[in-house]
Amino acid sequence: MVRLITHNLLACHAKGCNANNFPLQFKDVEIEIREAEFNPDFLRGFLPKIEWKALVDSARQIGDTSLPAEQPEMVDDDFLKSLHHVLLELHIEEGSMTCPNCSHVYPISNGIPNMLLAEHEIA
Amino acid sequence: MSRPELQAPPEIYYGDIEATKYTKNTRNQQIQADMTYRALELLNIPPEEPAFLLDIGCGSGLSGEILTEEGYIWAGADIAPSMLEVALEREVEGDLFLQDIGQGFGFRPGSFDGAISISVLQWLLNAETSHPTSSPPHRLNRFFTTLHSALKNPSRAIFQFYPSSDDQIQLITSCAQKAGFGGGLVVDYPNSKKAKKVFLCLFVGGGGGQQQIPKGLEGEDTEDSKVRFERRRERERTRDRSGKRKSVKDRDWILRKKELYRKRGKDDVPNDSKYTGRRRKPNF
Repeated sequence: MVRLITHNLLACHAKGCNANNFPLQFKDVEIEIREAEFNPDFLRGFLPKIEWKALVDSARQIGDTSLPAEQPEMVDDDFLKSLHHVLLELHIEEGSMTCPNCSHVYPISNGIPNMLLAEHEIA
Repeated sequence: MSRPELQAPPEIYYGDIEATKYTKNTRNQQIQADMTYRALELLNIPPEEPAFLLDIGCGSGLSGEILTEEGYIWAGADIAPSMLEVALEREVEGDLFLQDIGQGFGFRPGSFDGAISISVLQWLLNAETSHPTSSPPHRLNRFFTTLHSALKNPSRAIFQFYPSSDDQIQLITSCAQKAGFGGGLVVDYPNSKKAKKVFLCLFVGGGGGQQQIPKGLEGEDTEDSKVRFERRRERERTRDRSGKRKSVKDRDWILRKKELYRKRGKDDVPNDSKYTGRRRKPNF
């Protein structure tokens, strides 16, 4: 049940991995689409928190190209709808996420990413 | 009070059996729900704002369901795989992470509008190995610093937990302060043995003026939060060991009644004497 909304906030937290550790790269993903309630107010409030480039790149990685490469200035309903779909309706069920910096692999199984670190990786 | 955190680490204690037991217990559900509502109240998010919250130690999603009901979007982290499995079965709405909160979070700065955590912090107070990163202060520090940066400014984080001593409270609050949090402890129903609940209210940023620590609830808790059938159990306990009821109209009872009648001003209440409440001798 990793959705892109949380993926867009998630960086690697292993020891000494402080720079260039975002976004985690998807690999071998299986996706499920589950409809969610459309909430335009929430999306408007959430917009400033989004790293746009990371979101578009990861969406492309998992095969969704509905978002424009540049964040549009005007926020209209169509845009919010596609944003809603990408952020809240795409669930990554299986696969893994890899840190671009330290290449730590966080496996995802049953939709739950395993974020546990080994003892030597704890900061 | 039972202290499961002293028995085993959480990911082991909450195995398959304990996880289902915990989730199915209606009393647990009720308590969790009450505490979640109270935590949301303390979190004090303006009602019209749809917020993105973090549920720390979300377990099987008992509190998460309430967050969904209240219209929040949330993500949860827990260390017990069995609990998360139960959460999957119950089809909770939030994103779940298998994560040891003592290892810290990896969320980008300002990710969340608030955080709640129900009955979790006490699990961080036991060292599982002798490795330096396993010591409670180290884990608490790491937890609070990464959480502080993951929350937006201004916002709040509310932790309900069960401290077993003042030292533990001291340790937790000092670690939180070191991480940059403001705030402090809120104790609900401090005089009640059962209803007493300890909440740690932490603030990120003040937004100009200092944020006020909310007041704890006072007075006695309401009746219906008691365990059901408790009164019956009490009544049964007063019965004699032999199974026979105690004779109701013994000497003490008669004296008490007579005293009561006198107090009420009733006429012709018989005097007390050594014959009061005595059995007549059998006449054939």
